[in-house]
Amino acid sequence: MPLPIGDTVGILADNLRIRKSVLPVSAKSAVAWARGLGLARGGETILYTGRMYQLMPYIEALNKVQEKIEDSWIAEYVKFGRVINRLINISALMALPSKSMRESCVKILVNIARLLGRAGVNFGYLYEEDLYSGALIYDLGVDDILEAHARRVMDVFKKYRVKKVITVDPHTTHMLRSVCPNLIKGYDLRVKSYLEVLAERELRPQKELRLETAIHDSCLYARHENVLREQRILLEKAGIDVREPAESGKFTFCCGGPAESLFPRKAKEYAKKRVDQIKKVSFRAVTMCPICLVNLQKAAGGEIQLEDISSYLVQAYCGG
Amino acid sequence: MALVNPGFVEEVRRSDRFNASACMNCGVCSAVCPMGIELLPRKLFRYVLLGVKDRVLEHGEAIYSCLLCKLCEVNCPAQVQIAENVRSLRYYMNKKVFKI
Repeated sequence: MPLPIGDTVGILADNLRIRKSVLPVSAKSAVAWARGLGLARGGETILYTGRMYQLMPYIEALNKVQEKIEDSWIAEYVKFGRVINRLINISALMALPSKSMRESCVKILVNIARLLGRAGVNFGYLYEEDLYSGALIYDLGVDDILEAHARRVMDVFKKYRVKKVITVDPHTTHMLRSVCPNLIKGYDLRVKSYLEVLAERELRPQKELRLETAIHDSCLYARHENVLREQRILLEKAGIDVREPAESGKFTFCCGGPAESLFPRKAKEYAKKRVDQIKKVSFRAVTMCPICLVNLQKAAGGEIQLEDISSYLVQAYCGG
Repeated sequence: MALVNPGFVEEVRRSDRFNASACMNCGVCSAVCPMGIELLPRKLFRYVLLGVKDRVLEHGEAIYSCLLCKLCEVNCPAQVQIAENVRSLRYYMNKKVFKI
């Protein structure tokens, strides 16, 4: 039996409504990456993580459980899970993330903060008030709960008088730049991805990385947000030979990740197709979305070396 | 035999952004769909427009399998807002079927 759609969507939506996140990441864990960086709280310009990278270890852990449940007799009992989850946070008990995955996600966010610092960008952070953007609930079409959550996010921005937001992933960029303006009256935030900010600052590399890598574009950056040029400029200036797999740029092939929460088997099959396309042009690939990174990594099983783009950029522009 | 409910499209339509009627059934979307969902989006949208509610409801898996990747949308010659239309179907299912 496949995972029951209504109950699975219900659990995720209940979590957002009750716990402000589709999967419960504690505030302590979500802000751990910023420890010791001395970032100001709030400010006119903020780095907004939307907790996407912080969520990835939990999503990966939960998907392992879901893969086991999918097509098994246990799927029948997810409906009871939804009822219990409203009272006791069982999704937190099911999603126990690996330490290595948590550490690599922390590193990505630190890399991004270092790159922005190197570009001379003055920014603050909202710490425990840096809330999840609601991206998955938007995709799943639970718009009433999404709207209420979007207002919570906006209230925090208003509280800190934020005017400019720098995002770190395509899902959060899309939510804040294209979705929220249709949900919130008088929305006037200026939203840019850190890749756009770095590219417009014309950052110069400190070290030339003489290597080649395939590039896997995110669907949201490529087709919704028109972020296509920036990542290529930054990589090429860093001395990287960027290889384009079949179906890249505006016509990029999706990693399958959006299907993960309801159809983990399909998501993996789909990611394998993309890994095969990438393998034909390079044994390395860069991603710029945490969902793409995790889903492709899972499907690749070590066949290709996948890295978040920030890992290469920090080596080139910050000298390591 | 399928029952037809002419008011169904109005139940699904939440705003002007639901523009499935612009679809001219050319099939580009089905040809490029990376999920290989033959039903999505054109046949499913046709069921909505015709008001064949039961057919729509029995295809919940297809409705939620769509990745919203928009590969179909950038190739659509009729500028159908496919991803938003699929989201409208999900909203309908969430509300009316799953009571979320």
